[in-house]
Amino acid sequence: MLSFILNRALQIIPVIIGVTIATFLLAQIIPGDPADVLLGSTASEETRQELRTALGLSEPVYIQYGIYLKNLLQGDLGQSFTFAEPVTQVLVSRLFNTSLLAIAAIILASIVGVAAGTWAALKPGSIRDQGLSVVVLFFNSMPSFWLGLVLILIFGLHLRLLPVGGMDDATGSLAGLAAHMVLPTFTLAAWSLAVIARMTRSAILDVINSDYIRTARSRGVSEARIVLRHALPNAMPTVITVIGMQMGFLLSGAVLTETVFSWPGIGLAMYQAISTRDIPLIQGGILVLAIAFVLINFVVDILYAYFNPKIKLA
Amino acid sequence: MATMTQSIPAASEQKESVLRRVLSNGSLVIGLIIVAIIIFAAVFAHWIAPFDPLHVDPLARYQRPFSGWHILGTDEIGRDILSRLIYGARFALLVAILPTLIALVIGGAIGLLAGYAGGIGDTVIMRVFDIMFAFPGILLALGISAALGPGLTSMIIAMVVVTIPAFGRIVRGVVLGIKEELYVEAARTLGYSHARIALRHILPNVLGPAVVYGTLQTGRNVILSASLSFLGLGPQPPTPEWGQMLASGRTAIATAAHVATIPGLAIVLLAIGFNLIGDGARDMMDPRFTKERS
Repeated sequence: MLSFILNRALQIIPVIIGVTIATFLLAQIIPGDPADVLLGSTASEETRQELRTALGLSEPVYIQYGIYLKNLLQGDLGQSFTFAEPVTQVLVSRLFNTSLLAIAAIILASIVGVAAGTWAALKPGSIRDQGLSVVVLFFNSMPSFWLGLVLILIFGLHLRLLPVGGMDDATGSLAGLAAHMVLPTFTLAAWSLAVIARMTRSAILDVINSDYIRTARSRGVSEARIVLRHALPNAMPTVITVIGMQMGFLLSGAVLTETVFSWPGIGLAMYQAISTRDIPLIQGGILVLAIAFVLINFVVDILYAYFNPKIKLA
Repeated sequence: MATMTQSIPAASEQKESVLRRVLSNGSLVIGLIIVAIIIFAAVFAHWIAPFDPLHVDPLARYQRPFSGWHILGTDEIGRDILSRLIYGARFALLVAILPTLIALVIGGAIGLLAGYAGGIGDTVIMRVFDIMFAFPGILLALGISAALGPGLTSMIIAMVVVTIPAFGRIVRGVVLGIKEELYVEAARTLGYSHARIALRHILPNVLGPAVVYGTLQTGRNVILSASLSFLGLGPQPPTPEWGQMLASGRTAIATAAHVATIPGLAIVLLAIGFNLIGDGARDMMDPRFTKERS
């Protein structure tokens, strides 16, 4: 197991280097003089020149990348002119809020998704199974920002049950935070919930025709017990992979959800950066979220191996 | 493969059975109807739209749906929402279909080449794809659009770039399987050129899975493009584009909810249409799914 983990850890190093190359290239595709975009329109010619020298803009691309990487390793992602502070600081101060929302959403999506998928798989073709397909179709065809707006409209503005934006009430209590989390968490979770439900259902149906299930059935074991005790555990490796992948998507989906609910996370900061073309902040946000995505997938691979004994031999 | 060699139906018979299979596939039919209606609206927008989508009427701001001449009401500067939706269908279809087609051609060609040639080129391309897969699609698309500057062209470029790897990987996977088939081996023994084997013998087998994935991707592109527009990276105002209409209507959600919710419904409807077509096409390609569903 340890050698498997080490092996996988070594494999993600080139991917992370690749991710830094890709984020570095984003600044390379800016049309015109990058200094204009990187500093905003108000910067003086002197500051521009300073930046050009600092980034080595007159040097060949690989040297520029070297400078970028060196700065990156020192935790320097450049300066955000939207927030007038270093990008690293903007991101670090918001990472917790984004993670909080993403983790709440993945917990909700996993519990409800696995339960709904299992429930549907108990009776394939039944009304509830078809009902689930319809819900899955809707959730997967709905842009999250639209769902968020509709929820704000219903629960925030009409029923006045829940707050519609921000993260805390005036008191900063835990109950206030929880109330503020309900709508964004559900909005963020909806897409993943549908994917997890669909994959759980088909993973269970894939194993349900196996010999050992047939044997259990012939011994008169109840259908519910067959699904819960025999089929679901065997479907787990697939389900865990799907949940892990969704976790990464939830981090990126936060850009839209945080924008709709003014949730003070990395996503909202990136949205604010778009309107001002604050490229260093966008670059930094993408880098952090992509590396988080890679690391989550690494953990998922290990969990997958843990739940699937066949992998350990490899 | 075994069933294919048992009996080869005549072309006309085959066509008829394809049509029957399409018609008996409920989701495919509903999806096709939805998309056909939206295509109709887009093509004949000039004739159907009751008003000029760009006509500003300060006296008719935020009119509610069904309250007067404006069936779906008006927006923050008094423009007719229905007309904007109808004209917006053009952009919605364009940004859903065009990036899919371009990515299918480029990704498909790369996948075909990588899978067929193998070797170091294949390894390098797959590593590059791995790195691109390390980015959740919307993030990379957001970065590319933001760097290139907002607008329709940069949005399409961004969407193409983020979808190429998936097409490449699917096509490569199929090619790797087919490359070892006996008939390809035979073609090689007969001394056919690589180009001929790749284009005449392998390509036709790759098209099915690539097209099925393409329809599913088109559904996802409806949402991706709307998301980019919502974030301010798509066509700029006053262009009637659904995601952008939704974003600008958001500010008035408390007083005139219809301005934001109606364009959202249009996005959902189009996405459902393409998703149903994609699901239906996948069911037809892979009977296992149909069996599982019934």
